[in-house]
Amino acid sequence: MSLAKRIIPCLDVDNGRVVKGVKFVDIRDAGDPVEIARRYDREGADEITFLDITATHDNRDTIVHVVEQVASEVFIPLTVGGGIRTLDDIRRMLNAGADKVGINSAAVFNPDFVREAAERFGSQCIVVAIDAKKVSSLGEPGRWEIFTHGGRKPTGIDAIAWAKKMVDYGAGEILLTSMDRDGTREGFDLPLTRAISEAVTVPVIASGGVGNLDHLADGVIEGKADAVLAASIFHFAEYTIEQAKQHMASRGIEVRL
Amino acid sequence: MSTVAVIDYGMGNLHSIVKALQHAAPEVDVVCVSDADTILGADRVVFPGVGAIRDCMQALKQSGLDAVIQQVANTKPLLGICLGMQALLTDSEENNGIQCLDVVAGHVVHFAEALTDGDGNALKIPHMGWNQVHQLHPHPLWENIPQDSRFYFVHSYYAQPDDAAAIAATTQYPNAFTCALAQDNVFAVQFHPEKSQAVGLQLLNNFLHWDGHV
Repeated sequence: MSLAKRIIPCLDVDNGRVVKGVKFVDIRDAGDPVEIARRYDREGADEITFLDITATHDNRDTIVHVVEQVASEVFIPLTVGGGIRTLDDIRRMLNAGADKVGINSAAVFNPDFVREAAERFGSQCIVVAIDAKKVSSLGEPGRWEIFTHGGRKPTGIDAIAWAKKMVDYGAGEILLTSMDRDGTREGFDLPLTRAISEAVTVPVIASGGVGNLDHLADGVIEGKADAVLAASIFHFAEYTIEQAKQHMASRGIEVRL
Repeated sequence: MSTVAVIDYGMGNLHSIVKALQHAAPEVDVVCVSDADTILGADRVVFPGVGAIRDCMQALKQSGLDAVIQQVANTKPLLGICLGMQALLTDSEENNGIQCLDVVAGHVVHFAEALTDGDGNALKIPHMGWNQVHQLHPHPLWENIPQDSRFYFVHSYYAQPDDAAAIAATTQYPNAFTCALAQDNVFAVQFHPEKSQAVGLQLLNNFLHWDGHV
């Protein structure tokens, strides 16, 4: 018996409401984040991640209130990502009750921000979120690059090299999203997940593309992920977290039941 | 009404531990303090901590809380959590070697490099996630907590007490390491009870009703 693989439901929060888009369009309202977090906790979620996609700066405080409320009644680890650009942003989230913050674009624009954040708050609370897209052609060995702006802007940075660099800079965990798969429900990009997981010494969370319970198990077994993240399959009660865990256990994966 | 003091020495967020203690035992008065008199006047004391041991010990020394914690360790129920557990040992090899509070004789060491799991995959450091806690002896803090329950961990260092009798529980990663210590009125855990859902709240509730005797 050993460390359990984690299932992490992700809540995309826009102006204090949970939303989920399919390929960044067709954003559907999925409800109240506090209520949904409570349900996930009851069903046995190992952690909960909030991704703040609120576009306007003025409404950023809404996510702080959401985290405060959830952290007062849900006693599992909470991660908040989206719009984390300064040490002060991190401090605000941790003070609200978050255990970890996800840093995405800010790391690409200024890698030293990750170093400063890890030195100030400790690596255990710094998750670097990596949005990667395949750039190799069919038949070539797999090659992925970092994209920003929701997968629209290429940076020319190799994803594996970037993941290693972020760990050197103090990232305590990597949240890896395949921009090719995000919202498609076709499953994780398993070669990408495996390549990153085998390249770094810290835990890797696989994200992007989950459409059924086998996808979650594949992420662990074939992708070698330490944790799997999904949003839409849980929001609309297609599957409960408990069903997902039972299914992973039936495929021989150690989970917290 | 009994009181529990959560020691605030400026090392990060205490929101979760305070909320969890309030939730675990609503009848207990939870105060978050850095003032020595209030800490020494409380019925029970929680010593939390995250981050690096050098910063932790520096903050404790500057505020004089190092001596306060040593005094608490001789007098009333004390619960060390995560870095708060590690700081109770004699020293830690983190940050090139740091002297700690020496409440429990022993050392804090890093997970060995290049460990692998049963399938030959490299083990990730930090040890992060839900792992099983194997209780070695009955203790009031284990009451109503099933053997081998999973608690939430996030750490790269762990305690090695000199006296094996102080080991209250072990966890496998991949070898057994000490995840809980018990010595008289002191109890300390490497995992985070405040982030370990029902079993974590049970442990906090047990602590809040513990008289310090085994």
